[in-house]
Amino acid sequence: MKPRHKRLALIVAGLAALGGAAAFVLNAFQSNLVFFYSPSQVVAHEAPQGKPFRIGGLVQAGSLQRESDGVTIRFAVTDTASTIPVAYTGILPDLFKEGKGVVAQGHLDADGVFRAKEVLAKHDENYMPPEAAEAVERAHKAMQESQKTLLETDTGTGG
Amino acid sequence: MALNIWRFASPQVIYPIAGRMIPGFMLAAAVLALAGLYIGFFVAPTDFQQGESYRIIFIHVPAAWMSMLIYVVMAFWCAIGMIMRTRLSFMMALALAPTGALMTFIALWTGALWGKPAWGTWWVWDARLTSELILLFLYIGFLSLHAAIDDVRRADRAAGLLALVGVINVPIIYFSVQWWNTLHQGASVSLTRAPSMASTMLAGMLIMVLSAWMYSIAASLMRLRIIILEREADADWVQEQIVPIAQGAKP
Repeated sequence: MKPRHKRLALIVAGLAALGGAAAFVLNAFQSNLVFFYSPSQVVAHEAPQGKPFRIGGLVQAGSLQRESDGVTIRFAVTDTASTIPVAYTGILPDLFKEGKGVVAQGHLDADGVFRAKEVLAKHDENYMPPEAAEAVERAHKAMQESQKTLLETDTGTGG
Repeated sequence: MALNIWRFASPQVIYPIAGRMIPGFMLAAAVLALAGLYIGFFVAPTDFQQGESYRIIFIHVPAAWMSMLIYVVMAFWCAIGMIMRTRLSFMMALALAPTGALMTFIALWTGALWGKPAWGTWWVWDARLTSELILLFLYIGFLSLHAAIDDVRRADRAAGLLALVGVINVPIIYFSVQWWNTLHQGASVSLTRAPSMASTMLAGMLIMVLSAWMYSIAASLMRLRIIILEREADADWVQEQIVPIAQGAKP
């Protein structure tokens, strides 16, 4: 074995050991590296109890309500499996919309409402012109419609 | 006749070759940047949810990709330098580091400028942003450690070791958005699936990426030539060929 090969083997072994160690460390800190918890995790009591944490998911369509004081809003965060009601007083980011991603920081009250101190919008990785977005939306709706009619005809023939 | 690649491990051979390559890469970087920015700002459509503010992507993504790629290349040269004991490899690594740090800084800065209108905050400590900040510290640490040790060979090896240890951070940055919940969105462009961007947006971004490549190569080669001259100042070829030109003689 030439010294050159020895040094190569040493570096490869060192990097492999380091990679393994890093994997273990990251695995151990898994829960600390999570930026937000999903509503399902909150329902399953996986989120930290009695201290502030972040909750993330989609703003449930049709859940957005503004209170009479004009600055307090209520909405629901959902991951489609579970839903958590959120109350927030303050200014919302521009991209905050029903059906879009959101991350809120705050704490869970005894009444099950998440009192948010900060609300951030989480946008997705899709970029397209508005016309394309509309076309996608139309196609999506058309698909849902056709599924609905299919279901209806199914039940119709069944009954 | 086989090309002897070891010839290119000699600083004396690389110095003039790098000098001839720089103008081409610089020109390519400028032309591509103009084309990419034109497409980005005038041809690419407005985004359906973010409006015009998404256009910072044409700077942000090329800089972020470059920051990770340069680190891997830098660590690669450090490994080659340690294994083969080639002086030029360490010079190349040292020449790459400032450009890598610059790209990391641009990625973080434009990310903050984008985060404010899109997310509602300049900065959050999520896995993607934090690991990219660690990358900036690794670059600064590499340069500082190298500068702190007077003996060049020891400096090369110590900083090289730091570069190799830090390479673990690169996959962490890249996969952070998949492994953990982050505020940062997932990748729009990846090797395994179709990009989730309109084609003109994608074209503008990829042209800007190419421009960043060309700029980084040119800037690193310029820095490499200076490092070669610094380290080889006493060598015969520098004394005979370079010093007279610097003193005003015609080449």
